[in-house]
Amino acid sequence: MNREDFPLLKEEIIYFDNGATSLKPKCVIDKMVDYYTNYPANAHRGDYDLSYKVDQEYEEVRELVKDFIHADALEEIVFTSGTTESLNMIVNGFFEPILEEGDEVLITTSEHASNVLPWFRLANKKGIQVNYIPLDSNYYLTIDNLKKTVTKNTKVISIAGVTNVIGDIRPIKDICKFAHENNIFVVVDGAQMVPHMHVDVKDLDVDFLAFSAHKMCGPTGVGVLYGKKELLEHLEPTVLGGGMNEAFDSPQEIYYKELPTRLEAGTRNIAGVIGFGEAIKYLNKIGMDHIHKYELSLRQYLIDKLIPIKHIDIINIESDSGIVTFNVVNVFSQDVAYYLNKYNICVRAGNHCAKILKSSVGVNNTVRVSLYFYNTYEEIDNLIELLSDYGKIVKEMI
Amino acid sequence: MEAREIIMEHYMHPVNRKRMDNEEYVQANTRNESCIDNIDLYVKFNNNVIEDITFDGEACAISISSTSIMIKNLIGKTCREALHYIHEFYKMTNEEEYDKSVLGDAYVYEDIVKNGHRKTCANLPLKGLEKAILEHLE
Ligand SMILES: Cc1ncc(COP(=O)(O)O)c(C=O)c1O
Repeated sequence: MNREDFPLLKEEIIYFDNGATSLKPKCVIDKMVDYYTNYPANAHRGDYDLSYKVDQEYEEVRELVKDFIHADALEEIVFTSGTTESLNMIVNGFFEPILEEGDEVLITTSEHASNVLPWFRLANKKGIQVNYIPLDSNYYLTIDNLKKTVTKNTKVISIAGVTNVIGDIRPIKDICKFAHENNIFVVVDGAQMVPHMHVDVKDLDVDFLAFSAHKMCGPTGVGVLYGKKELLEHLEPTVLGGGMNEAFDSPQEIYYKELPTRLEAGTRNIAGVIGFGEAIKYLNKIGMDHIHKYELSLRQYLIDKLIPIKHIDIINIESDSGIVTFNVVNVFSQDVAYYLNKYNICVRAGNHCAKILKSSVGVNNTVRVSLYFYNTYEEIDNLIELLSDYGKIVKEMI
Repeated sequence: MEAREIIMEHYMHPVNRKRMDNEEYVQANTRNESCIDNIDLYVKFNNNVIEDITFDGEACAISISSTSIMIKNLIGKTCREALHYIHEFYKMTNEEEYDKSVLGDAYVYEDIVKNGHRKTCANLPLKGLEKAILEHLE
């Protein structure tokens, strides 16, 4: 769908690495060029028309994000540089001050490094425990396994809404319900979820949500930290400086601004945020439900064609997102990616930053195809044709 | 044989692919930035001579074959000779002038490394061995 909106798709290229980042439609690129060309002033800083326009455009995006994820208030939307920064802020600014030695954080083995390492550091620093909720035979996180794993020390469950290797959608609403009944916070890494499906933070009742603009048709270097207002109020700014303070007369007298500005120190990625707003408008026009349905249908088409190929091992036959992970028997994943690259097909090879997945799935490296709404059935046919011929793969992989 | 066949032969049947827990061997891990290729080298020095090298690990066809060819070419060489070989190899992968006579059949990567990230794969085992030699010489 909508291929004509993407300048790159006019080239002979098949882009299947949407889990890493998405392509950018022309309207998003144009919007950023417009900022840099016509009103490249700073935000919150100047008393003149250009700067006023920047403020307006920037704050309008906050409104768009709030509506996109159905948050309650503008104060709940903080612009960051991406999922990674959002998660680090949540761990270091909110949880570090309140967690104590012996408190437990539950994650899973399929989490992205960005949702593991900040917790590991906190474990080293404060003696908290980081434990894993076991995955089932499909590598899914089930509410039953969660219930079996939770202890009286569990204070936080921090998980991806959709994982970037398996692509399973976690039952976030049920998890939040159970967690909140037991006074446990829920942090959701939404990097692979928000770009691909309708997300309603109120309905899910998540405490914190992190996601990145660049995986949803927006620019790199912009992301969102959503937090329930009463929680965000307690998130200590981890970066201090201009824009976020009210007054600073002495070390004893520092006054921060209100939310969300307090958490946005320094000159922001203004062009990026403005471009992100355009991306959200663009996705809204297509419709998130429509996007999700189409991706599932593409995925099923791909799976149906991969299954009969004897030399392909699919890791996640079942999953309800556009992510398909596999290996070609006896061929290293990077060599497969290299072979496909010769035909201008972009796929990802490797561990997809989920290193600890190995302990669950038992393979270190895989080939990952991650789809988005602009991919087509014909592109999948092309991929299948290349993957069907084992002799050709081995012959052309170097 | 053409370059491709030599590479495939070393990939399918690499020299000395075995783990060495023996104390006489020093271990050097080498991996590339995208953290896919991951090879452990086991090197046995006898004064300034490399008496044996083995390896173990998971990596792409280019890294594995490059490891195998390096091992075959450098067993029995002195540390100095090995470092010279390694530097000539780097020159080749940087597309600079290099001394073909030093590299033997390692010339097979001359064209392949022109393809972007394959250079890192070809260089991978040499970086590991270089590190092990420099540590040994210290
Ligand atoms: C599940 C998941 N979490 C976090 C991230 C990190 O996102 P970013 O690099 O935009 O901060 C990614 C991106 O690859 C991801 O897939």
